[in-house]
Amino acid sequence: MDLDLPLIWALLIAAAVFLYVVLDGFDLGLGILFPTARSATERDVMMNSVAPVWDGNETWLVLGGGGLYAVFPLAYAILMPALYAPIFAMLFGLVFRGVVFEFRFKSSEQRRWIWDIAFFLGSLTAALAQGIILGAIVQGIAVEGRAYAGGWLDWLTPFSLMTGVAVVIGYALLGATWLVWKCEGPMQDHFRGLALTLMFAMLAMIGIVSLWTPALDPAIAARWFEMPQILYTAPVPLMVLGLAVVLFRSLNGTRDALPFLASLALFLVTFAGLGISLYPNIVPPTVTIWEAAAPDSSLAFLLAGAAVLIPMILAYSAYAYWIFRGKVRPGEGYH
Amino acid sequence: MMEFSAVDLARFQFAFTVSFHIIFPSFTIGLASFLMVLEGLWLTSGRDVYLRLFKYWMKIFAVAFGMGVVSGIVMTYQFGTNWSVFSDKTGPVLGPLMGYEVLSAFFLEAGFLGIMLFGLTRVGPRLHFAATCMVAFGTALSGFWILSVNSWMQTPAGFSINEVGQFVPENWFEIVFNPSFPYRFVHMMLAAYLTTAFVVGAVGAWHLLKDRSSDAARVMFSMAMWMAALVTPLQIVAGDMHGLNTLEHQPAKIAAMEGHFEGEEGAPLILFGVPDMAAGETRYQVAIPKLGSLILTHSLDGRVPGLNDFPPEDRPNATIVFFSFRVMVGIGFAMLGIGLLSLYLRARGRLYDTPLFHKLALAMGPTGFIAVLAGWITTEVGRQPFTVYGLLRTADSISPVDAPAVATSLLVFIVVYFIVFGIGTFYLLRSMAAPPDAGDGPHAGEPTRAAGVTPAFAYRDKTTPNPAE
Repeated sequence: MDLDLPLIWALLIAAAVFLYVVLDGFDLGLGILFPTARSATERDVMMNSVAPVWDGNETWLVLGGGGLYAVFPLAYAILMPALYAPIFAMLFGLVFRGVVFEFRFKSSEQRRWIWDIAFFLGSLTAALAQGIILGAIVQGIAVEGRAYAGGWLDWLTPFSLMTGVAVVIGYALLGATWLVWKCEGPMQDHFRGLALTLMFAMLAMIGIVSLWTPALDPAIAARWFEMPQILYTAPVPLMVLGLAVVLFRSLNGTRDALPFLASLALFLVTFAGLGISLYPNIVPPTVTIWEAAAPDSSLAFLLAGAAVLIPMILAYSAYAYWIFRGKVRPGEGYH
Repeated sequence: MMEFSAVDLARFQFAFTVSFHIIFPSFTIGLASFLMVLEGLWLTSGRDVYLRLFKYWMKIFAVAFGMGVVSGIVMTYQFGTNWSVFSDKTGPVLGPLMGYEVLSAFFLEAGFLGIMLFGLTRVGPRLHFAATCMVAFGTALSGFWILSVNSWMQTPAGFSINEVGQFVPENWFEIVFNPSFPYRFVHMMLAAYLTTAFVVGAVGAWHLLKDRSSDAARVMFSMAMWMAALVTPLQIVAGDMHGLNTLEHQPAKIAAMEGHFEGEEGAPLILFGVPDMAAGETRYQVAIPKLGSLILTHSLDGRVPGLNDFPPEDRPNATIVFFSFRVMVGIGFAMLGIGLLSLYLRARGRLYDTPLFHKLALAMGPTGFIAVLAGWITTEVGRQPFTVYGLLRTADSISPVDAPAVATSLLVFIVVYFIVFGIGTFYLLRSMAAPPDAGDGPHAGEPTRAAGVTPAFAYRDKTTPNPAE
């Protein structure tokens, strides 16, 4: 049996990264929205709405990094030095953000504001760095032989800063719609209003990215604007518009879960669009997934385990969400 | 001013971040198992003291685990940022092992941690116990995989090298169960259990010194002292076997640990000295004749290796390894002493009534961490100058990153880690200082989550299920 193992793994890693983006995306979004909370009670509710699940959410990032090392070691070895500064910025942000979940409730109330600020800045830094990393990969990485050949500030361009801002806005939208789902009363109204503003900002950023990315590389432009490829890619912008309508109407109505689910779908469609632009490169514009892949024996060994373990992980992660389903009320959640 | 190369800085950065990281897993691996035992005892005996102890240590576990998670994520990415050539070459062999660690262990821990910390009232005691078991199993499983990875770097097996210079897998069983792995795994797991036992013992001793009648303090102190008495001898045997395995596969490391520069038959055991790498001798020796050969070869006239048997560019730094090894072994025997003393006092019925012994146990509290770090320095510095022993040099493993970039990230790491983990350690110690008999745990006198919103008694009423129900 001849399986295209690098392709299977590229899809699996992409799925892991996508799960990370949306799951930790709404966690980080809560941190970005922390200053918009109107009271300490609202901040407590925000944290408690994700406290039982954030650790599992972040594990998808470990799978993304560890998986890249395992199945595309060449891509890992090129990308990490190329993205040195934003990777470390992301890690430092995640360190601060992560410990706040425990530290905030251990500190005295007079000093809690320090952790509130750490949670906000840590989340913001991590989100911005992730967006910059995305932009830096899309715009292309200088490679020579089997190593990164650029300087250590190559990642810093107007395009990557723009994608950084776009990801911050997108995460904030996920966070706000998550709170619409998990809260009630005035707090829910507050974040419903914020989500609406963020939705328009997010659509504007999607528009900018969609026009700017093809301008970077004629090959990407051909995929989106020329016949016959456009027949395959046209559904992507159409779906974005459709989802925008669903999101807009659900935010103006009384639906609780739909805004979050529509935002997730919006992320999925834009993520797919990104995949269309980059395929089959893993380090654009030169290294393809097949060139970067480890030997088939490595890919097959890990795939055997992944085939059994990933469905189990999805099952018990869903179970954890199910246990903590329903609205989060003030005062719940501390252990 | 001294000039550091990018390799020096990257090595120091890895040593710094991994040293901070290893403290937390070596504590949480043992603590997760301890929590599992406590909850199991509560469910089977119905004694309230076990539930109180469970809740008490669970809060400490949550903080330590959180710090382990965030310091661990850094490690996942640091292989690539600072050691990209190593990553490219070893990825096909080591990457899948780490992939298995993430898939089989990290997700398990993280997925069930939330239920363990927050879910007792939502899922009931039995399912909650299952979640605790999953967390404990996950921590041990993650130790299995990461030690397999480390052991492969020490004693590589089951691979070949392809046309672009990558290590590629030939036999996964030989890779995972490489020659030093079983020894290292047992040695490290026992170290994690002992580290935790001595922390628990010190906390129990602290509270016994304040209140000898506290049943929670008595129970945890007694359990910790059983561990000290039973596991320390096992650890010394395991350490000896690990040493013999190292002699077989990494003789230069043994020579450095022993401070032997000349290989000889009937070698002495150097108790103390100062290995001088430049002069090629160990100065100021205090040695016992023949004992070195007896320990390492189990024969008085066996030959033990010396550093001069190896080319100068292949020798690890004996000055560091010699001392770190002695720190580890010294602590091991001090632990044995505590364990034996506890047996004696227990037999005399004086375990809870000997303040001097409690003070001793209190002082021993942090020694497990020191021993773990000293042991790691011994094995890792002893592996130098290679990342993959004998095959890939540390100097050839580094990323094409300039020294200023590494220096900058290193400085930020030092500042961030001392702030974040310093504060975390403060919270841990404060939790440990709180009495374990205060019903709801250590935070009776301090604000709990969302204090001022919901009265704490409402929570207590809901979350102290009666096992007889």
